[in-house]
Amino acid sequence: MENGETELPGDGALAIELKGISKAFGPVQANKDIRLAVKRGTIHGIIGENGAGKSTLMSILYGFYQADSGDIYINGKKTRIADSDAAIAAGIGMVHQHFMLVQNFTVLENVILGAENGAILNSAIGKARTELKRLEDAYDMHVDPDAIIEELPVGLQQRVEILKALYRGAEILILDEPTGVLTPAEADHLFRILQQLKEQGKTVILITHKLREIMAITDEVSVMRRGEIVATRQTAATNVEELAELMVGRHVLLRVDKGQSHPGEVKLSVRNLTIRDSRGVTVVDDVSFDVRAGEIVGIAGVAGNGQSQLLEAISGIRKARSGQVILDGEPIGVTGECDPGMLRERGLAHVPEDRHHMGLVLPFEENENSILGYHDKSKFLNGPMLNIDAIRQDAKAKIEQYDIRPPDCRLKTANFSGGNQQKIVLAREMEVDPVVLLIGQPTRGVDVGAIEFIHKRIIEMRDQGKAILLVSVELDEVRALADRVLVMFAGKVAGEVAPDTPEGEIGLLMAGITQDGAGRKGKAA
Amino acid sequence: MKHELPKWVDYGLIPLLNLITAFLVAGLVVLLVGENPVKAAYLLVRGAFGYGGGIGYTLFYATNFIFTGLSVAVAIHCGLFNIGSEGQAYVGGIGVAAACLALDRYVPWYVTFPFAVLGAAAMGAAWAFIPAWLQARRGSHVVITTIMFNFIASALMIYLLVEVFKPAGSMAPETRTFEAGGQIPKLDWLFNLFGSSLGGAPFNWSFFLALACCYLVWLLIWRTRLGYEIRTTGINPTAAVYAGIPPVRTVVIAMLISGALAGMMAINPVMGDQARLQESFPAGAGFVGIAVSLMGRNHPVGIILAAILFGMLWQGGAELAFDMPKISRDMIVVIQGLVILFAGALEHMYRPALSRAFARRQVLSADQAAREGV
Repeated sequence: MENGETELPGDGALAIELKGISKAFGPVQANKDIRLAVKRGTIHGIIGENGAGKSTLMSILYGFYQADSGDIYINGKKTRIADSDAAIAAGIGMVHQHFMLVQNFTVLENVILGAENGAILNSAIGKARTELKRLEDAYDMHVDPDAIIEELPVGLQQRVEILKALYRGAEILILDEPTGVLTPAEADHLFRILQQLKEQGKTVILITHKLREIMAITDEVSVMRRGEIVATRQTAATNVEELAELMVGRHVLLRVDKGQSHPGEVKLSVRNLTIRDSRGVTVVDDVSFDVRAGEIVGIAGVAGNGQSQLLEAISGIRKARSGQVILDGEPIGVTGECDPGMLRERGLAHVPEDRHHMGLVLPFEENENSILGYHDKSKFLNGPMLNIDAIRQDAKAKIEQYDIRPPDCRLKTANFSGGNQQKIVLAREMEVDPVVLLIGQPTRGVDVGAIEFIHKRIIEMRDQGKAILLVSVELDEVRALADRVLVMFAGKVAGEVAPDTPEGEIGLLMAGITQDGAGRKGKAA
Repeated sequence: MKHELPKWVDYGLIPLLNLITAFLVAGLVVLLVGENPVKAAYLLVRGAFGYGGGIGYTLFYATNFIFTGLSVAVAIHCGLFNIGSEGQAYVGGIGVAAACLALDRYVPWYVTFPFAVLGAAAMGAAWAFIPAWLQARRGSHVVITTIMFNFIASALMIYLLVEVFKPAGSMAPETRTFEAGGQIPKLDWLFNLFGSSLGGAPFNWSFFLALACCYLVWLLIWRTRLGYEIRTTGINPTAAVYAGIPPVRTVVIAMLISGALAGMMAINPVMGDQARLQESFPAGAGFVGIAVSLMGRNHPVGIILAAILFGMLWQGGAELAFDMPKISRDMIVVIQGLVILFAGALEHMYRPALSRAFARRQVLSADQAAREGV
């Protein structure tokens, strides 16, 4: 599988070698005869679609799962990793996609969590403080050890996760989708840290589905598809197109083809919307914008800047504090009397950001999910009874139209892949012929092949004259799909830009820095 | 990731293994008190199924457990753990007694019966309403409130029996005995069909009411819009809100149905057996309902089977205590407790091992298929 050896950093010895790792969950073969060699002192990327088995493989390496067969060699020595303690002992550290931090502890307390060395914390804290200082200096990653985690920005929280691993003596660091929650600038800083770790002889495994990151930082990359490693390449000797093709197993279109938009009249109008969360914190602050028929308005921004609450308020799930939302010429009672069912009646469809927690009921059969929210439509009912035949017919038609696989409307929804689950939601919300379509994170956790299809459908909807509000934390996606881009920061619209604005400029807005003054509060003109 | 098992393992093998384990451990206990466990098991099964009267009692108890099992199951489908079936059944007795006391002297039993059913369901539902409302509106946990309502029910019933229902001059805290118009006939004819006899067992028409309720619950949960809303709310409340399903209304309705089913249990002992309202007549059936529902996977068919199993334990256990002097009533409670422990609380004990075994088998057969394919 290796190409001709060019210069790679490190001494060429293997930090990790996996031989014939297999793991099955019931009938699903998550990992199949995995052979992987990671050279010491390199950054090794693992890329693959969702459900390709990346996370399973790393969970085996970190001791969360036991492989059904196969061997793990750490630094040339056969190692059995029964649990995460064994992984830590073997020098493996993991930075999870969702941070494993205690929110109301200080940085220091989080770092020593699980390494307290006895019931009295004093000596451990003293030792940790010194060690933390040393690590910070060595890797140029400063964090105030006495800061409370929940008061730190996400980028710094991630840094604490890395420090936690290093404090435990990690020589091999696994990062699972580390940039999902970061601004472009924060991601750059993370990459600089990883580079530094590499120079100090640490080995880094970077799991991601973003091809650009692989190209930017890794030395070698392994591509996973359907539980197998289909190729390992030196990054310098490959390119984005080849990797994408390896991931999907066929040629994919990475750009979105779309024509000029023809905006019509305003279908959704948001006026001075302010939302407070349950703690009374203002999460959306005096936001106003319009969406016209036949256009896609994209909302860019780092996750957690109010986009989720904005979508929830417009769709009637969350009450707003003040302001107005006008749907197709008529105000909806966004501060009081409106519920998602009512808004659906009035032509508002909503693809929620988090399909697992909101958009789908995973243990349901596929056909039961394909009516969620529309289960009170007369065509699906026979008096108080569900019209099972009509529901299944309808589900089958959508399965065919959206190429949902496997094409079985009786299958449990949890057994579909991420991409197909998303298609179930999209089919449901798009086929009702809405006036306004809200779409949150249309391709989160969706494989590359399905992304292409989903993007195409969204553009089709626009060309049919729907007003579409798109929220995504993938800046590339917003820029590719939207006709106008609003950037949200700290609950406010930090600015409106054209989708072809350079990424760096949008990145600044995402970090809250507007052109006429750093960190200026308020809405850009 | 979740381990999927074939249906026959999930619904057949696992309950069977749990039962076998329970009986093995129970056998050890029997051994400890110096009796022969094989003989004990034989006596228990013979007591429950060996003759007409035994079967009659087994099915009589099973009828109670079907009602309470369904009650627990409907609540669980809405994500609620209703521990109050006991109290709801107890209060349901008021509805039965009121109908019987009012009508038994004037009309035949089958006229009284629907009023008794309605009364029982209404009282059970009413007793579930306050915890349901507190849960839905104020977030007071239904587990806590329903437990407390069991105690309140108990106190309320004693008060009512002593101060309201007790005929003047009677010493017992119970109503007068209902006349024929307040008594459900036993099903002797059914047993006679099979050349058997019911003896004195109180097996009566309520059993068919229980079976009808099983069908209706199945219909409700899997075939109606309301059932769809209940299941959505139970599995994923966020998705329910997203779908425009009002959470407060759904939770309250599910609890009302649950309470009504528990209340209807009162028909069987009050109108079908004792022909009067007595103190503590549910005798723990509400709590057994939790085990029955868990073991029956919250599905009506499973609940019928589990209810018959527990009916067998109740009836067979009583006979066992009678036949084996060293095995006291308390020993029977221990054995019943072990079944509840293994079939209910430790329900998933064998699951991980079985999942692994089946995963391995599937990989092997897939490999085999691949080899043969080449």
